[in-house]
Amino acid sequence: MTRGLKAVDRPVLVAFGFIVVLIILGSIYNRHPPSVLYLLQQLQVASFLGIVASGLMLTILLGQIDLSIPWVVTIGGIAATAAAGWWGGSWTALGLPFALVCGGLVGLANGLGVAFLRIPSMVFTLGMNAVVQGIVVMYTGGNAPPDRATPILQWLAVRNTFQVPNAVIVWAMVGVLVVVALHRTPFGRYVYATGNSERVTYLSGINTRAILIAAFVASGACSAFAGALLAGYAGKAYQAMGDPYLLPAIAAVVLGGTSILGGSGTYLGTVAGVILITVLESVLSVMQIPESTRQIVYGTMIVVMMLVYGRGRKPEG
Amino acid sequence: MNGLRLWLSRNGRALFALALFLSMFCIYVIKNGVGLKMGLATAVANKGVLLALVAMAQTIPVLTGGIDLSVGMIFVLTNCIASAVLSGPPWMVAVGVVVVLLSGVVCGAINGALVVYGRLQPIIATLATGAVYYGLALTIRPVPGGSIDATLASALTNQFFGIVPTTLVILVAVVLVVWVPFQLSMTGRGCYAIGSSEMAAYMTGIAVRRSRLTAYVLAGLLAAFGGILLTAMTLSSDASVSGGGTYTLSSIAAVVIGGTSLMGGAGGAIGSIFGAFVLRTVSDLLFVFDIQPLMQPFIQGLILLGAVSLGAIRVLRAPNRLQFLGAAR
Amino acid sequence: MGVAANSRMTQTGPVVPFWRMDRISKRYGGVTALDDVSLTVDRGKIHAVLGENGAGKSTLIKIMSGVVQPDSGTMALEGKPVRFNGTADAGRSGVVCIFQELSLIPDFTVAENICAPEPPRRFGLIDRHAQRRRAEALLARVHCADVHPDELTRNLPLSRRQLIEIARALGRSPRLLILDEATSALTVADVERIYTILAQLRAEGLAIVYISHRMREITAFADECSVFRNGRHVESFSKGNRSGDEIVKLMIGRDYKDVYPDKTPHAVADPPILEVENLKWGSRLAGIDLKVRKGEIVGVGGLDGQGQRELLLALFGVLRGVDARIKIDGVPKRINSPREAKHRSVGMALIPEDRKTDGLVLPLTVRDNISLASLNRFARSGFISARAEMRAVDDAFRTLSIRTSGAHVPVGTLSGGNQQKVVIAKWLLTDARLVLLNDPTRGIDVGTKQEIYALLRQLTDSGKGIVFYSTDYAELIGCCDRVVILYEGRIVRELAGDELTERNIVTAALNLPEKEITLGEATG
Repeated sequence: MTRGLKAVDRPVLVAFGFIVVLIILGSIYNRHPPSVLYLLQQLQVASFLGIVASGLMLTILLGQIDLSIPWVVTIGGIAATAAAGWWGGSWTALGLPFALVCGGLVGLANGLGVAFLRIPSMVFTLGMNAVVQGIVVMYTGGNAPPDRATPILQWLAVRNTFQVPNAVIVWAMVGVLVVVALHRTPFGRYVYATGNSERVTYLSGINTRAILIAAFVASGACSAFAGALLAGYAGKAYQAMGDPYLLPAIAAVVLGGTSILGGSGTYLGTVAGVILITVLESVLSVMQIPESTRQIVYGTMIVVMMLVYGRGRKPEG
Repeated sequence: MNGLRLWLSRNGRALFALALFLSMFCIYVIKNGVGLKMGLATAVANKGVLLALVAMAQTIPVLTGGIDLSVGMIFVLTNCIASAVLSGPPWMVAVGVVVVLLSGVVCGAINGALVVYGRLQPIIATLATGAVYYGLALTIRPVPGGSIDATLASALTNQFFGIVPTTLVILVAVVLVVWVPFQLSMTGRGCYAIGSSEMAAYMTGIAVRRSRLTAYVLAGLLAAFGGILLTAMTLSSDASVSGGGTYTLSSIAAVVIGGTSLMGGAGGAIGSIFGAFVLRTVSDLLFVFDIQPLMQPFIQGLILLGAVSLGAIRVLRAPNRLQFLGAAR
Repeated sequence: MGVAANSRMTQTGPVVPFWRMDRISKRYGGVTALDDVSLTVDRGKIHAVLGENGAGKSTLIKIMSGVVQPDSGTMALEGKPVRFNGTADAGRSGVVCIFQELSLIPDFTVAENICAPEPPRRFGLIDRHAQRRRAEALLARVHCADVHPDELTRNLPLSRRQLIEIARALGRSPRLLILDEATSALTVADVERIYTILAQLRAEGLAIVYISHRMREITAFADECSVFRNGRHVESFSKGNRSGDEIVKLMIGRDYKDVYPDKTPHAVADPPILEVENLKWGSRLAGIDLKVRKGEIVGVGGLDGQGQRELLLALFGVLRGVDARIKIDGVPKRINSPREAKHRSVGMALIPEDRKTDGLVLPLTVRDNISLASLNRFARSGFISARAEMRAVDDAFRTLSIRTSGAHVPVGTLSGGNQQKVVIAKWLLTDARLVLLNDPTRGIDVGTKQEIYALLRQLTDSGKGIVFYSTDYAELIGCCDRVVILYEGRIVRELAGDELTERNIVTAALNLPEKEITLGEATG
């Protein structure tokens, strides 16, 4: 069904293999076998990164990138909690949709800049990140955002349903949406086609600009969504809450087999990449490895895995 | 006259960045009421040169159509190394300088090897190595600290014979000794060729691997120059991940403002230097115009966005839309 | 079948051949590009290499010039075995190639490109003045003195770039010069000049290998000819030893039967599918009027670069700032993008010139490519029906006789002819009523060409209209009901019926008055 299955199978298998290895390592260190609870906890922590990576993956599939993630996550958290504060009463439920709209608007601006003005996404989303940061600073006065997270957000982020963390369920729902969109709709085909060659797709009569814009809107909405959930998890939004998510999200998408040049990659791979990064960070922190060594391990592992299956460029001639 | 027109069309963006900086600087000097005092000029120069060096470092891999997301971390790492080795008797300090520069070269060489021989995409390879370099910096300097020989520090951060900020002199020297010969060498032109069309470069017989590898090595070297200057200015070092990240991203913005295309093949380090100075002057301008401190990051972001969007004006007038869709990979 | 049958006739005694290739083979994955090929080239001779696409000529050239390495076999220059690691290496031994896909660096100046990869140097750095002087001298030699050496190569038209590529090759003091379709975009006058230069080089003792699809001019001009077919060296012969028909038979392995289907007279119904009035675009299109009726194939001809491509792009909505009155089926329409052109109310399709960069997404499967322009047909409430899609794809396979191991292989693995069929299939699925073709049979084997011509007739029989731009005059005459000739962005002549002859096309293309005596037989 999916074209190019073989090309992306291998990274996914390798990624899952590494996950298993890491979990085993962690349990050896802890001297007891991994419990279901532990695995579910890992998935819960991974869901925030997973939601961010879902949106980011769409932009990377198009050969673009979204560097505005850090502050869109933050503004998502602030918007979700602040809206509750403004409106109060039964309107607090709108906090989450409001956050999505904010993220979507930023994504729309990104999409317009990339699709119409033809500004490289790396540069435009970078600038947009700074603008969103500016907006947040203006609103919060540079202080910690005062509003507490609404009960809904907390329920989504922290609580379980039948022992499964709600956050994981939310992530799974986002995932299903992405998978269905990519594999069963024309939009998905256009994404892969545009990512491989926007030129040919445009000449085939497809509105490639709309595809680009849609991907950035999705990425903005996903980032804001993750921010809202994070605020629920932490009880409130906080400055720079999105900073720790950008590089891991990029790494997760790429380690999952999606080509940074665009045009190929599966969501399953992204899931594997997200879990891998989460488990890695968790194992490293459990082993109480200092931050310096963690960074070195993190970077080296990405390099090694990419060398094993990530040869992106065509050989000369 | 024809030659002049051609020269202008190739260097137009860099000249525009220079004009932008000069006008911003003039406004700043006029507005701040103090006038162009040497202290002021030195302060501006010092901040600007730091970013200018990192921007120069970023320019060369970008010319090949790649990117170096680890320049900021090499900058931070060499800062930390410098704060450890640039002390003691003069001969030790001299050796220390060489050690710092060499470490920049090694970092660059690792990047280059991964891209050329490992055939990894530059964005991912340098993302990963950036984390490694940061980790190394943190290992050397877990908490901010370190020192640098006082004479060296003040020599670097003050004025040259009392007239010109020393950092500017160093910048010019680096340009003359590193950039100009590189640009005139076949390896340097090779970098432009690769960015323009790697296939054509290969078919022409240009040494693609050598050029690409050199690009990343030089990036590391230039970032190391920046690291030494940073140590001289702060008299210590700080393995700051946000600092490194900010420098990396600002260097990309400076490169774009200075007229180098992110696709590679056109532009140059001199434009990036002007781009860096433009970026640095923005925050000074906001301060001097009494813009509310809370609004400053927002305005800075808008200006950054606007500056990198300037290239878009060209796009809006193009009559054949296919020009911007490039060829398929 | 295919063993080296070198019929070299030398007047003097046995001489070590200047260049010799023995039993060269090269495979790409499962495809054999060259199979046990041997070839010799002599000094002071122009040696033509002929063959259809896929015959192996490109691979041969790439191996000779060092771009790729052979899997097996040896090469010897003046009796000494050689092995080249890249074009710079080959160049140092005097083997220089002028490639079909130009190897000029777009962002370099003309001077830089001419002197690459070994520019004049001083103290280890490039000497810009000497570089410019060398470039000027070489530009003069190829009669391009009007080109400024500091001009950016990307700003020059294709014909100039080909001449610059030739200038660069000459500057490397070649001993063996290889030209791979190096004159395809040149005007007749330019080509004549190149022949003069080549004749001069031959007199100086160079060995020259020349690949071109302009068969008739080659066989008049070359001293030796070698024919390749399916990766094998079929035969070599000296000038004059084989007739044109025999050569074609060697190239395609069978008789050159009627390639073109009969032109069926059709009821020409009004209103015309397409009616264009006074189409202008920048300085390239200067006011074109065009009508295409149902069931008609209108050809567009003329010298290269007179606006033919731009006309098709303008009709299809790719160009901005097009000033024209366009009517589709009598209804005025504005077409601002390929999407609008494809839309049911307009119903246009454009088969592009370069299928690899404009027509196909190479890494995607055949199925994905075929359905790309018409996915909405298979989508019900937003979801693609895989069954409906596969049915349409299977239909396309049958209608066009696409030969491949399946619909799920990447389209990049197909042969050129099959790839073009996939492009056509893609557009047929959109039910277009007007099909624009931009030099669609370039680089395609004769068998597939025939199939495409037959298909075009089928399309017109079912009431579609076709605009057919081709650089091959025989094709225009064979396929089209009438042909308009463009010159400097304007239609200078329209030919139909008995007037549709090669001679008339050539005179019109050169914008000569109608009764002018034509140039020699070798043109076109």
